Amino acid sequence: MNWFRFASPASFYPIAGPLTAVFGWVAVALAVAGLYVGFVIAPTDAQQGESYRIIFIHVPAAWMAMLIYVVIAFWSLFSLTLNARLPAMMAQALAPTGAMFAFIALWTGAFWGRPTWGTYWVWDARLTSTLVLLFLYLGLIALRSAIDDPRRADRACALLALVGVVNVPIIYFSVRWWNTLHQGATISMTAAPKMAQTMLTAMLLMTFAAWSYAIATALHRVRTLIIEREALSDWVGRFIAESPAKAANDPAAAPRHGGV
Amino acid sequence: MAASSRYPASPPATALAALRWACLRDLRLALRSRGEVALVLVFFVLVGSMFPLAMAPEASLLRAIAPGIAWVSALLATLLSLPRLFSADHADGTLEQMLLAPAPLSALLSGKVLAHWLTTSAPLVLLSALSGLQFNLDGEGIAILAASLLLGTPLLTWLGAVSAALALGTRGGSTLLGLLVLPLAVPVLIFGAGSVESAAAGLGAEAHLSLLAAGSILASMVGPATLALAVRIAHE
Repeated sequence: MNWFRFASPASFYPIAGPLTAVFGWVAVALAVAGLYVGFVIAPTDAQQGESYRIIFIHVPAAWMAMLIYVVIAFWSLFSLTLNARLPAMMAQALAPTGAMFAFIALWTGAFWGRPTWGTYWVWDARLTSTLVLLFLYLGLIALRSAIDDPRRADRACALLALVGVVNVPIIYFSVRWWNTLHQGATISMTAAPKMAQTMLTAMLLMTFAAWSYAIATALHRVRTLIIEREALSDWVGRFIAESPAKAANDPAAAPRHGGV
Repeated sequence: MAASSRYPASPPATALAALRWACLRDLRLALRSRGEVALVLVFFVLVGSMFPLAMAPEASLLRAIAPGIAWVSALLATLLSLPRLFSADHADGTLEQMLLAPAPLSALLSGKVLAHWLTTSAPLVLLSALSGLQFNLDGEGIAILAASLLLGTPLLTWLGAVSAALALGTRGGSTLLGLLVLPLAVPVLIFGAGSVESAAAGLGAEAHLSLLAAGSILASMVGPATLALAVRIAHE
């Protein structure tokens, strides 16, 4: 099977629809299971009481915020080097989801910090670098919306994302050196987890729910972008003409074959 | 600066000569619009002078916040000066001619960046001594503040130049530029202001200054090609 076939928006569009539905429902199922395990089954923490349960949303959101920026940079590299359209659309579609996860991580962190640290905000390394990450996402979105030509916006945003991804670890370590009092990472790949098994299960379920949600929203946005940008191409005209729902609602769609 | 009769109207084709040509051209332009250049420097001193007015001007407090304020003022002054780097050349088509010229684009743009650093950041390094005196910094503190600006501003100028090229001709202008540059400049700010604080705490400023210098050297290596790509994107 030639995977590069799906680099063309016209052949990617038909499979993106079913994939959106699959990942969307997987996200819902995992989130329901994760929230049930996290809020009902998992035991109360000995030191933090019930307030610790917000980490089941906070930690996956923080992970996703970092991961999505790297994924955007990955697609941006493809977009710049191969001058391809679909990777640029993927990068564009992921940016709002990444900004949302960064915002959720900060917001839930503030709510967790109030009972645990006694303050909504501290100038700690991870909080500050997540805030800077949110600004980087907002910069990407703002640059995109400030440029009218979509192809120029693709390439400008791709370069900005690549400059940003080089900077993200530098920002993280500079801020960490500057100040840190955040609790150490609870989950690591090398050491044994320092949390109860049910808590870990809930966290992993929520993490995979966040992954599926991010994939589903990105694919949904990419579908919209494809139709928006390729509106004048033949295949979109044929697609609209062949779509049974469209044909029933809008009989005028068929004569406008080939252009909108 | 070269005398006007010996100054060629078009850039020479070799890289170093092109860099020199672009740098001298922008220095000459800056010399003929001295007011515009001076405005940035006045802005730097002005921002720094606002902080003591906004709080109780106690000597110990001022000394503690001096490096941070000097660096934030330098950041804002650089941000204010960035549109000047490309906008006039973009508006009258000079930048497009540079794209078409046989001289390497990255060399021409490096010359522009060097001229911008010489006319904006280098005076800020000297003016930071004045800010240091305003904020009761001792001699050693002033010297380290000036050194941190000297070593950190090249990195800042490269980040700003790439962002300014990406934002060329877009809606949003300088506000957008702020959103693009300031998050990327966080490490420069931390190590720059941190160098003076760490020296005052008796830890020495060598680590901070070395990191700033390393960042500036790295930026000068990857900056020219990145900036050339950004300018090409802006002219598609």
